[in-house]
Amino acid sequence: MALDALTLSRIQFAWVIGWHILLPAFTLGIASYIALLEGLHLGTGREVYLRVSNFWIRIFAVAFGMGVVTGVVMPFQFGTNWSRLSDTAGNVIGPLLAYEGIVAFFLEAAFLGVLLFGRKLVPRWAHFVAAVMVAFGTLLSSFWILATNSWMQTPAGYSLVDGRFYPENWLDIVFSPSFPYRLAHTVTGFYVTAAFVVLGVGAYTIRRGLFGQEGRVMVMTALTLLGVMVPLQIFLGDQHGLNTREYQPAKLAAIEARWETASPAPLTLFAIPDPAAETNRYPIEIPYLGSLILTHSLNGTVQGLKDFPADQRPPVAIVFFAFRVMVGIGFLMLGIVALGWLLYFRRRLFDTRWYIWACQFTIPLGFIAVLAGWTTTEEGRQPWTVYGLLRTADSVTPSLTAHDVMVSLLFYALAYLVIYPTGVLYLLRLVRKGPGKDAIAPPVEAGRAELPVARLPS
Amino acid sequence: MATSAISFVGIWTVIIAAGVFFYVLLDGFDLGIGVLHGLAPSNADRETMMRSVAPVWDGNETWLVFCGIALISAFPLAFAVIIPAVYFPILVMLVALVFRGVAFEFRFDDETHRAFWDRAFCFGSTVATFAQGVVLGAFIQGFRVTGRQFSGTSLDFLTPFSIMTGFALLFGYGLLGSGWLIIKTEGALQAWARRAGRICLIGVLAAIAIVSLWTPIIEPSIAARWFSFPNILFLWPVPLITCAVAVWEWRALGGGADAAPYAAAVLLFLLSYLGIAISLWPMIVPHQISIWDAAASPSTQSFLLVGTLFLLPVILMYSGWSYWVFRGKVRSDVGYH
Repeated sequence: MALDALTLSRIQFAWVIGWHILLPAFTLGIASYIALLEGLHLGTGREVYLRVSNFWIRIFAVAFGMGVVTGVVMPFQFGTNWSRLSDTAGNVIGPLLAYEGIVAFFLEAAFLGVLLFGRKLVPRWAHFVAAVMVAFGTLLSSFWILATNSWMQTPAGYSLVDGRFYPENWLDIVFSPSFPYRLAHTVTGFYVTAAFVVLGVGAYTIRRGLFGQEGRVMVMTALTLLGVMVPLQIFLGDQHGLNTREYQPAKLAAIEARWETASPAPLTLFAIPDPAAETNRYPIEIPYLGSLILTHSLNGTVQGLKDFPADQRPPVAIVFFAFRVMVGIGFLMLGIVALGWLLYFRRRLFDTRWYIWACQFTIPLGFIAVLAGWTTTEEGRQPWTVYGLLRTADSVTPSLTAHDVMVSLLFYALAYLVIYPTGVLYLLRLVRKGPGKDAIAPPVEAGRAELPVARLPS
Repeated sequence: MATSAISFVGIWTVIIAAGVFFYVLLDGFDLGIGVLHGLAPSNADRETMMRSVAPVWDGNETWLVFCGIALISAFPLAFAVIIPAVYFPILVMLVALVFRGVAFEFRFDDETHRAFWDRAFCFGSTVATFAQGVVLGAFIQGFRVTGRQFSGTSLDFLTPFSIMTGFALLFGYGLLGSGWLIIKTEGALQAWARRAGRICLIGVLAAIAIVSLWTPIIEPSIAARWFSFPNILFLWPVPLITCAVAVWEWRALGGGADAAPYAAAVLLFLLSYLGIAISLWPMIVPHQISIWDAAASPSTQSFLLVGTLFLLPVILMYSGWSYWVFRGKVRSDVGYH
């Protein structure tokens, strides 16, 4: 792999979106969690939900702010480094990208201020509605950005004129074949990620002993949500896999490191794929299981990479291992959640100190799984940006030299390596403060400086 | 079909032109305050300056993203040619804006490192402003285009002209920033802002004069646009009104109504903007590609227009309301925080 402008541009895109995606992966779920807590408070009148909600609102505000700031970088990448993609597919993906941005501003403009600063200024129900609308807004943003990505993975509803894409049917474009599966799988993944953060922070809060009640509420709500969502996510992942088999068989073959078409196909648990020899080294395989999982029948056919010309195959090893990291974490999560429920039903959940201790370290799990899953789907669709139609090599800005992109990549690398550790330290400080009484005071501050509603006469 | 296409192109040209202008007016003053921040007389003044933009700066910045995504949707070809041609200034601007954004976010809670974050804010604002000025200069000069692609190199943007416009925008945003400070502050800081405003005004007028002379000389089409008959009959008031506004601005900075310096600065920017538009019309990639040739398909433009026409007024009303709520003077001891 030569470090040319194309490769470096891909690394740069992976770098800026990889950091950015961590924030929506967290804020999407937290927004819904806050809405849930506000609803629980409204329904039960218990003050503890309010304290927990206020605690997460403060953290949400910082993470959302960082998400906006790093999000500003994203649309410009399509111009700086992927100008051929912008020109070729702009007619179709432009408005989808634009709707993502406009919806985000709309949400920020209309409801975020009330959620962050309006607790004492608007009626309880109105605050709850604002929380629900913010959660809904983050979901709408995901809707549009995943519609964009899905169209590029499984294009539909377009026509090709003079080598450029033109929209024919917007409904088909937005709801392209992989979109419902990708949306469900990604959003659930984001929910799981946020819930594991809540679980970890709740466990930490319990262990510190200062805010035991709040910590127990966090752990119980997180375990409840995860009890539903982790199994659901495994089911959705399976469905998404079936969809990939139908529309992106080469990606599926890379995920399984399957070189020869086979029926029945075994499941390769581990191997070192060797693209030069078109085979796997040191494979560990389970007969029939590949067909069973991928086709839901014992003798189903699984297409191999050799069915595709070598210049239309994705890099196998990255996709193969990223997928296994994601699935491995998925089942690890299932185990953690199942164990939590087992302890709960034996009424020993909060007395089992090692379990609570261990839960603190589950915070990064979701983030790693999100990055691994994203790597799987984005590396797996190579060498295409618009699947089967526009090559990544033909999408990159032609005027760029390797030197240009090396410089810009270094800039972004330095910037994010300063910003993210600082941001994490800042968030950790908020966590350490805990959901104390003083947290009820309106969370003012900063980049998101106090919004107008806070200045309304009370 | 052809007529409907043209009307969408017109609407999107207006929307994007207005978006860019909003961005310059609004983020212009808070970037300008970042530029002036390092020169302010005292720490208390610096605190007041930060507070004067705290409630509004991030809303101002969203207009930049709006312009970016509107351009990629409505004029994808222009986006695909212009942005690569200003690869490095855009990079520098984005990184500077990111730093500036987080610096603002962290400074209010991190008292031990506040001086550091303030300096990051000042530095980020200055660098971002300079980069935007360079983009403007490179844009006016035009780019090498072959077919549907930018065919120059990533260093083409770097010319004496674009460096000059980079410095010019520092003065320009400085003028907007001091205008904003005159509205938001009183006493010694306001008097300082008035003096700073006059210095910036001299820089701005020099820049306007240089651009007005330089561009017709290097680009014959611009000379023809302004000086040919009958155009000159309609266009001669533009420089004259600019001179009148400049005089008004100079006197407003000397004393009188608090809002006048900012208003005059807005007018100066509007006239400069108009001048550039007259020079380049109807090319969206200057001298090369017209708004009609760069336009997305009518279906694309109308699909996005539906949502934009619904959401944009709400965003505008909310922005207006937020300015209204935060009206009045700020002080360093009692602020919004």
